[in-house]
Amino acid sequence: MRVHAKRAGALLGGLVFPTWSMADWTMNMTPGVTGTSNDIFSLHMTILWICVVIGVVVFGVMFWSIFAHRKSQGHKPANFHENTMVEILWTIIPFVILVVMAIPATATLVDMYDTTESEVDIKVTGYQWKWQYEYVDQDFGYFSNLATPRDQIENRQDKGENYLLEVDNPLIVPVGKKVRLLLTANDVIHSWWVPEFGVKKDAIPGFINEAWFRVDEPGTYRGQCTELCGKDHGFMPIVVEAVPEEKFNVWLAEQKAAAEKERELTQKDWTMDELMARGEKAYQTACAACHQPDGSGAPPAFPALKGSPIATGDMTAHIDIVVNGKAGTAMQAFGNQLSEVDLAAVITYERNAWGNNTGEMVTPKEILDYKNQQ
Amino acid sequence: MSAVADTHAQEHHHGPAKGISRWLLTTNHKDIGTMYLVFSFAMFLLGGTMAMVIRAELFQPGLQIVQPEFFNQMTTMHGLIMVFGAVMPAFVGLANWMLPLMIGAPDMALPRMNNWSFWLLPCAFLILVSTLFMEGGAPNFGWTFYAPLSTTYGPPSTTFFIFAIHIMGISSIMGAINVIATILNLRAPGMTLMKMPLFVWTWLITAFLLIAVMPVLAGVVTMMLMDINFGTSFFDASGGGDPVLFQHVFWFFGHPEVYIMILPAFGAVSHIIPAFSRKPLFGYASMVYAVGAIALLSFIVWAHHMFTVGVPLAGQLFFMYATMLIAVPTGVKVFNWVATMFRGSLTFEAPMLFAVAFVILFTIGGFSGLMLAIAPADFQYHDTYFVVAHFHYVLVPGAIFGIFASAYFWLPKWTGHMYDETLAKTHFWLSFIGMNLAFFPMHFLGLAGMPRRIPDYALQFADFNMVSSIGAFMFGATQLLFLLIVIKCVKGGKEAAAKPWDGAEGLEWTVPSPAPYHTFATPPEVK
Repeated sequence: MRVHAKRAGALLGGLVFPTWSMADWTMNMTPGVTGTSNDIFSLHMTILWICVVIGVVVFGVMFWSIFAHRKSQGHKPANFHENTMVEILWTIIPFVILVVMAIPATATLVDMYDTTESEVDIKVTGYQWKWQYEYVDQDFGYFSNLATPRDQIENRQDKGENYLLEVDNPLIVPVGKKVRLLLTANDVIHSWWVPEFGVKKDAIPGFINEAWFRVDEPGTYRGQCTELCGKDHGFMPIVVEAVPEEKFNVWLAEQKAAAEKERELTQKDWTMDELMARGEKAYQTACAACHQPDGSGAPPAFPALKGSPIATGDMTAHIDIVVNGKAGTAMQAFGNQLSEVDLAAVITYERNAWGNNTGEMVTPKEILDYKNQQ
Repeated sequence: MSAVADTHAQEHHHGPAKGISRWLLTTNHKDIGTMYLVFSFAMFLLGGTMAMVIRAELFQPGLQIVQPEFFNQMTTMHGLIMVFGAVMPAFVGLANWMLPLMIGAPDMALPRMNNWSFWLLPCAFLILVSTLFMEGGAPNFGWTFYAPLSTTYGPPSTTFFIFAIHIMGISSIMGAINVIATILNLRAPGMTLMKMPLFVWTWLITAFLLIAVMPVLAGVVTMMLMDINFGTSFFDASGGGDPVLFQHVFWFFGHPEVYIMILPAFGAVSHIIPAFSRKPLFGYASMVYAVGAIALLSFIVWAHHMFTVGVPLAGQLFFMYATMLIAVPTGVKVFNWVATMFRGSLTFEAPMLFAVAFVILFTIGGFSGLMLAIAPADFQYHDTYFVVAHFHYVLVPGAIFGIFASAYFWLPKWTGHMYDETLAKTHFWLSFIGMNLAFFPMHFLGLAGMPRRIPDYALQFADFNMVSSIGAFMFGATQLLFLLIVIKCVKGGKEAAAKPWDGAEGLEWTVPSPAPYHTFATPPEVK
């Protein structure tokens, strides 16, 4: 009840004082929008109040001693140093409080672990530093990257309202459905957290973790990666859009059609200029975080591409490292992350940008052939 | 040796050697204690400087001062240096100085090993700090160095970091062996275990914790070493290994480690509060049992650091219940300290100010710890600034304030002079305000959803971050005042009596101030 009243209050506040409700001085957890997050919020408030009450009693006695039992007040010290009764009491009472607290906590935990009977399954894969969402059984998925421009991060431009909490392709889920997430990672451990859902789960390479949520109100919900995963750990946000089911189905159909169209592009005859234009875009999304927008890299972890022997030397070796990655380093295998068109475009771009004027290009068809040979 | 030869030897060895060899070759527990304390303060300033870099970057949203790569190196090195370089050596320094004086022993039981365990530390930290200047930079994977970020994806300097950890681990284990050997063998006649001062008790238990878990830490970094350099796959899933195994092994070390950093402070505070309350410690026996209980429980709660990694439900429940249980003995200690103050005759010199702040602020850290123990709620708190607030509350006003309280309490005994009380009180109040300003708002940031270990943040977190940075700068700058106070106290000041605090109890107050180079050549009788 209390939770709903607070949510109504927050909603009202949001409508009446739009800037004020973005309160910069938020001090407490918010109840969130799922059953789990509401349960967690009430556990949080209960334990917080228990702590406050214990604190008031203990510190109250202490402050009273500090004020009343000072030597400067002429207080003479007593000499007692034990009292078995009191000592037993203040061992048992906290224990009882803890048992009382453990009961609702256990119930909530059991509920959080119940991932059965899900209606939508989504595989979430953490990459340095982006998320991949794949709709299981739909044969369809995509990457979700930070959308905040570099200029805002480096203070050359005013920061937008959702600074660092905005992505190019949000995760879309239908409202009112039990959504199960299957979490894993491609490189290091990441952690997927949307506070308003009460869902935080580590995405661990080689393992699959489960989590679930059911959102009832359509809306946009934002979160971040919460496990240190390297340089751009602070720059891989999560955005989830909960939409009505019909809208979700329409969106899904559209996306699948668009993906099909994208695949057809592989057969098209590409010119150098087209590849360079597309390659620059793909490079900025997929490669620039490590190798830098100007190809200068950040050695030794992230080598420069500008003038590098790979980007200016043998074409097959270049294709190999982009498609298959390099074991034991941060260089990922992009063969499954990018389409043939994007792979061809990126490689062509890298061989001709920043003074790497090899004049060579590779077509999507050649990439497809290369992949098929493997 | 005959009694005559003993007397003869003492006449010729009444003072320290001259020059640098006094410090390089010393086997005297007081000299070694001093070196530990000076070293730890130097590391405290170094780790603190890194904290200032972190807070300066977080002063405003956007990247201003450092890039994310360097920011991650700063958070990692700050944590490692503060844990292994500042807090742990400070307590070993206090142990070296005070344990023999408290139990009426002439020195530590293994003096030559004592010298070696100290001198290993500067070597270890030289290696660790040198990684900052290596190609690829210093370790950047957080002080918890989770695999595979620290193995497959770590910088080339990781191997140096591993060796540094090995060396400081050897140093800690030898220090712990020395403490146990001293306490169990060299107590004055009549000092039974249950008559030992609490600082001695807490250190005895801490030493057992160290011996139990430092080899585990050495094991986990050795497995990393193998993964990085010799092609094994302990933590690499693609080779049949398990990244989660790393976390289990690390936290099996890591959780007892946090008690290693706080139990000696519990002991020191249990001396200081009775002294300035002029009243015996309430519940001595229950204090001892509580420390024992905390130490035992610390071995079965490690996975509460890993509630979000996908531990099965039964495991999750076990670790939640076990963690909540720790609140019971910890509560007993807090109640005992308050009951000691109750109806005492209190004065508030600097050691007491730090000790009282310790009790209040450590308890606040304990409360947030209890909140974190509630596993479902931990899903929201985990890896946010709420956790950062929690462990800084138990470590800064916990461990560090405990160390300051001890330093002011025993400085007259060490130097023979009283420190400047006005300056010390200023040090206290500026630290107290700065520390709360720095760390209290972090609770709010965490609850509002700010993850930890990020160099830049969303706009709604801007205001509290600025407050926090201002508090951190204030706290950091204030610590230079402590340096000034100590130098002033070493150089001169009011002569200290053998027992400068009228409520203080214990053998250390029966020897003159400053404590002579050799004390208790003849053991005192304890009734």
